[in-house]
Formats: sequence, C-alpha cells, structure tokens
Amino acid sequence: MSERLSTIAITGAAWLLGLIWGLPLLYAVWAAVHPSAFSTNFDLFAPLTWHNFARAWDAAPFARYFLNTVLLVLGIMAAQFVICTLAAFGLARWKFAGGEVLFALILVQLMVTPDVLIVENYRTLYAVGLIDTLTGVGLPYVASAFGIFLLRQTFKSIPRELDDAARMEGASTLQTLLRVYLPLARPVYVAYGLVSVSYHWNNFLWPLIVTNSVETRPLTVGLQVFASVDQGIDWSVICAAALMTSAPLMIAFLIFQRGFIQSFLRAGIR
Amino acid sequence: MGSTRKARLNIHVQGWLLALPAVALLATFTHIPAVTTVLDSLFSTPHGRQPAAFIGFGQYRTMLADPIFWRAFDNNLLYALVTVPVAIALALVMALWVNGHIKGRATLRLAFFTPTILPMVAAANIWLFFYTPGYGLLDQIGRLFGFASPNWLGDPATALPALMAVTVWKEAGFFMIFFLAALQQVPPDLYEAARMENAGRWQIFRRITWPLLMPTTLFVAVNALINAFRIVDQVIAMTGGMNGGGPDNATMLLLFYIYQVAFSFWDTGYAAALSTVLLAVLGTVALAQFFLLDRRIHYR
Repeated sequence: MSERLSTIAITGAAWLLGLIWGLPLLYAVWAAVHPSAFSTNFDLFAPLTWHNFARAWDAAPFARYFLNTVLLVLGIMAAQFVICTLAAFGLARWKFAGGEVLFALILVQLMVTPDVLIVENYRTLYAVGLIDTLTGVGLPYVASAFGIFLLRQTFKSIPRELDDAARMEGASTLQTLLRVYLPLARPVYVAYGLVSVSYHWNNFLWPLIVTNSVETRPLTVGLQVFASVDQGIDWSVICAAALMTSAPLMIAFLIFQRGFIQSFLRAGIR
Repeated sequence: MGSTRKARLNIHVQGWLLALPAVALLATFTHIPAVTTVLDSLFSTPHGRQPAAFIGFGQYRTMLADPIFWRAFDNNLLYALVTVPVAIALALVMALWVNGHIKGRATLRLAFFTPTILPMVAAANIWLFFYTPGYGLLDQIGRLFGFASPNWLGDPATALPALMAVTVWKEAGFFMIFFLAALQQVPPDLYEAARMENAGRWQIFRRITWPLLMPTTLFVAVNALINAFRIVDQVIAMTGGMNGGGPDNATMLLLFYIYQVAFSFWDTGYAAALSTVLLAVLGTVALAQFFLLDRRIHYR
C-alpha cells in the first residue's frame, strides 16, 4: 500500500516538474496564436489567429535572417565535415611525429571556445576584412576540436584490416577514406551534423559582434534586434517571432526525436 | 633500407598535411589569440595616435580596484555554485523518472528536453514575458495565492536568481540525456539482486545507481561549470542590451563584462586583462579535470 502511495506521489511530482518545464513554451504558444488582448488573459474561448506571425514577419526582414542562418549553419557544417575529417583521419591512422602533442593542443579548444576570445578574434577578422560577413561568423568554428575528437575516436574503432584490404587493391589514401571510412562513420556524421546545426542555429554572441547589417545577421541576432529595437512591448508579436525563429529546429526535433536525442548522446559521450 | 626510411618520412608528411587546415585554423582562432590576449593585457589601450604602451600589471591593478569586475566575478561564482548542482540534481531526477515505468514518460521526456533545442535568445524573450511585473504569468500565479508581485528582473535581489532559473531550465534536460544513457548501461541483474535482498528504493539508488553514475556526473559537472562561466546570452537578452548588466549590475557576469568593455567602451587593453581572468578560470577547471578526475572516463 505504501509502495503504491509513493508511486503516485512520484508520478505526481514528475508531472508537476514536466508541467513547469513545458509552461514557458506553452505560454508563448498561447500568446502567439491569440490576439494581443488575450496574451495575458486566459480565456479558453479566445479567438485563434495567425495575425501575430504575419505582423512579426512584416515588421522585420525575417526572410533574409532565415536565409542567412540556413547558409551559415550549412556552410559551417560542410566545412567542418571536410576539415575535421582530414585532421581526424590523420590523427587516427598516421602515427606521425608530434601527433599526440598536436591532439592535446587541439583539445584545448573544448575549453577555450571562440566566444571567450572575442576581442582578439574580432581584431583578426577586421585585419582580413571579414567583419560583417557570413564567412567571418563561421570561420572560427570551422576547425572544431569536438568534431576532430569525435571523428578520430570513430576512425580508430574501424578495423585496420579493412584499410589494409583497400590499399592492397590499390586504393589511394583519399579513396580509402571515401570508400572505407566515410560509409562506416555515417551515423557519427549524422550525429555531429545535428549537433553542429543546432549549436550554430542558436549561437548568439559571436554573430552579434561580427554582423551589423540585415544581409549578414542570423536569426538569433535578428530576433534580438527585433525584440529590443523594432518593437514596442507587444508580447504576442515577440512570442510569435521567438517561436518562428525556433520553429525549423523544433519541428525537425519533433519529427526525429529519437534520432536527435541519440545524436546528442553519441556526440556527448566521449 | 632507403625506401622504408622514405616511406616513414612520407607518413610524417602525410599526417601533418592532413591535419594542416585544422591546425592552421585552430592556431589562428584559438591558440594565437589566447596568447596575444595575455600579452595585450600588459599594455594600455591605444587611443587615436597614442600607441599601446607597456604598463606591466597596470590593467590588473585597475581590475582589483574595479567594483564592477568584482561584482561580475562574485556573480559568476555564485551563478556556477547554484546552477551547476541544481541543474545536475534535477537532470538526475528527470532521468530516473523517465527511465522508470512512469506514466506518460515519452511526454515527460519531451517536456524536459525541449528547452535544449530552443535558441537561448528566443527562450530569454519568452521568459522576459513570463517575468513581466503586473501581468506576466508568474505574477498572475502569485496573485492567485495572494503574493505581492515583485519586479523579478528589475530588483537587484531577484534579477540574478531569475536568470539562474532560466539557465537551469535550459540545461537540466540536456544533462538528463547523459544520465539516461548511463542508466541504460547499468546491468539489470544488479537491480534484481538488490530486490531479492529487499532493498528499498533509496537504498538501491544510494548503493547501486549513484556510484555507477559517478563518471557521468563528473563529466556533466565539468561541462556545466565551463558553461556557467561563459553565460552571456541571457544577460544581453533579458537585462538590458549592451549597456545593461541588470539593476545595479546585479546580473553582471564575466563574459558580458568583457563584451561590454570591449565593444561598448572600446577599452581593449582592459578587456584583454578580463579575458585573461576568464582564461585562467577555464584553465583551472581544465587542470582540475585533468589531475583530479580519472582521465580514462573522459578522453579515451
């Protein structure tokens, strides 16, 4: 009996916490799909409307921000795949002089991420004329210690015999990489890609510093500019904008929930 | 003999060539700037025609006498001391719930994890609404129970805790995932054996689950600690843009102060000194992890 009682208590506590966790988002959805007059007035029969989304969309160049973010996250991901693959492959399969030290130095970036060094990195970008460009926003993140680490572990776990067999058949280094390693590491690339895309979709400080025009601003910065400058305090519209900027990731997450969680795990366990 | 030596040389060259693009980029955006930051902190900020001059520890003397720096430092320490344990404890509880046979576990998992996917800026703007004095949800609930409505973000006493709540809300679900994975690796026969011995829930957790989760807890703690010292999005989005930092600098944190000093006051020398402090903090966390914790858990 007391066992059952405690089960009920635990379930209740879990649901209470779940409710608290879901509340901010549910609240935002409520505000976004109802007229402003109902944003703080919970009437179940309040009329539904898409008007707030339309107003947010018209009030700021969100279409351009979306384009910038998509270009940014895809560009970063593609560049990361190439650069991290090459480095990880070298570190996993070539016992070259200084490789161990090099790997240790690469891992430093896990702690000292580019956003800690904003002052110097801004100066570097300024010197090469990349301020206010998407390339400038992405460049410091392209060689990712995390990606190199993840792929190196994966490549190391691939049996050496497969590598040797491919070479016996006369495959070059590049061919071995493309035909043996990449196909076997596919799930890891999916995981890394998802983590990278969600990280850079949400990244804020560095793009805020580097960009200063509509043509380069990603969604997060655009949203902040919109919420603090363009808009008075109309919470319905701000909530609509906030939901809109998160929508693609949220929808992807809802559809591929299991894959997402698995990816974060795969990427996190090291 | 000659050809094997050549082949061996070839291996070194190929290895370095493969790593070269990554090495060049990492050096440009991580290692070299880290070193120049430390060096720059020993110079004054150049003004117009007046170039930077070597002033030794001058910037650090300014820092020691700067109440805003101390505010940021203390706030950040407090931020880490509160958010890291709370987020980890909640993450663990969430994982235990979602891993068990609780009703509606899929929905619960979704509710817990969703904040992780939201951009911090979007989440911050939603929470801003949440905290609005007068008609925000928190006040409406408070009024229901007859509490007076505080100005959560406007009052120096509540502004920092209000930001902490957002951080815990955002991070707990993310950490939950790691505990969940670890829980699924616990051999089920351990639990069966414990049940045969009539061990209670708490005993099973204390004697079996908790010790087996230790490596995960440490891993999560290190990551949470690093994050806590790099928090800045909430401060910008929730307590007043570039010149903000909250009422009476109540939400001033290290990275935000660096951002403000560098890009609002354009005092790059002082910003370099502040960045050096942040680097030192992160370095300390790294060293602690390296020496105190079992290395195999993390990097092999």
